[in-house]
Amino acid sequence: MKFLCINCDRQMVFEERQLPGDGTLAAAFRCPECGRCVAILTNPMETQLVASLGVKIGGRTVPAQPMETVRGMVVTGRDNAFAEDGKRETGNGPTWTAEAQERLARVPGFVRGMVKRIYGDYARDHGIAEITPTVMDAARSELGLEGM
Amino acid sequence: MALNIRTYRDLTEPDRSALVEQIGAQRRRVADRMAAVRHVVAVLSGKGGVGKSYVTAHLARALGRSGRGVGVLDADLNGPTIPRLLDAPGGGAGAPRPAHADAVEAAAGAEGVKCISMALLLRDGMPLAFRGPDSESFVWRGALEAAVLREFLADVAWGALDFLLVDLPPGVQRFAELTELLPAPPAALIVTIPTPESADAVRRALRAALERGATALGVVENMVGGPFAGSAADDLAREFGVPVLARIPFHPRADVWDGIAKSIGGAA
Repeated sequence: MKFLCINCDRQMVFEERQLPGDGTLAAAFRCPECGRCVAILTNPMETQLVASLGVKIGGRTVPAQPMETVRGMVVTGRDNAFAEDGKRETGNGPTWTAEAQERLARVPGFVRGMVKRIYGDYARDHGIAEITPTVMDAARSELGLEGM
Repeated sequence: MALNIRTYRDLTEPDRSALVEQIGAQRRRVADRMAAVRHVVAVLSGKGGVGKSYVTAHLARALGRSGRGVGVLDADLNGPTIPRLLDAPGGGAGAPRPAHADAVEAAAGAEGVKCISMALLLRDGMPLAFRGPDSESFVWRGALEAAVLREFLADVAWGALDFLLVDLPPGVQRFAELTELLPAPPAALIVTIPTPESADAVRRALRAALERGATALGVVENMVGGPFAGSAADDLAREFGVPVLARIPFHPRADVWDGIAKSIGGAA
């Protein structure tokens, strides 16, 4: 998928991805010549089709997690299906504010461990010492974590 | 006046979404995991209720008893039964755990048989349901089920196996998905019951499998000597030039399974 600024005859570059949480997706592209931005907006059906393929619009910024589709898309999963997560955590990892922990607790157990690890890795990669709901929002959009 | 728009291929800068490359990476992940598996055998029928899962599980146990490294992938995502047939612990005790950064451990069943199944992951009594728009789910559900199959192949730490048996649901769609995901077409073990109705359904599935490059190992006729009359196994064997590997009575003895394992295991 490429976008062309017809006025400048230049290929537009991917700018950012947003997931409002209602099943839709927005991906913005900018013309490097004139700076004009356009956004592709997908409806829930289109977003779902892309998600079903296990691919990310705008590209992957983190490696695929094991059983990512199963954990991210199955809604009838057992809470303790993946007994895990904590293994890779160290005392040097980012801390979680109470608000962030509360929000994480609302994530179904089936996928919570994977989500926690992804947010932790995101914080480490960005030099973030404390995970807040704002950090979670940023990671969610940047990494394309629909529904997480 | 029509705009003069360059085509996709005219634009030489990389496509950051790189969807094709992402799909390619998924395929490589499957190929890397399957590189340590000597034989992938799809247990298929095309007909429901002929005992594919039963045959799969008991064949896996027999192969395990004979010292082979065996795994079972339960590809019947909507009616998974393999963990129970393998006496693999369900629920939390049998929960797949991350073995490495890129894989989860398989559950351990009888005779050292490894397995993965939706039965290990779903809440008791709950159907497989996906997050997504309620309407028109038929548009995306098939793609998601194929993605689950891909992750069962690629994201389970199968390790080195002599055999990975894939227990398929009725029909041929999951077999087609399996063939597209694997680096090479799997072998096919055909299960039927004696009736002509079963032969009709199995014939279609077997033909579809062969057209996709599968090698048919042979036919197993299940539930022989009960209320189901007919000669499905012989008919299919003659028609496709494959052996009848076993005729399994309603109450088989263990040596029946060892016999099939011996036939199949000769390949390993």
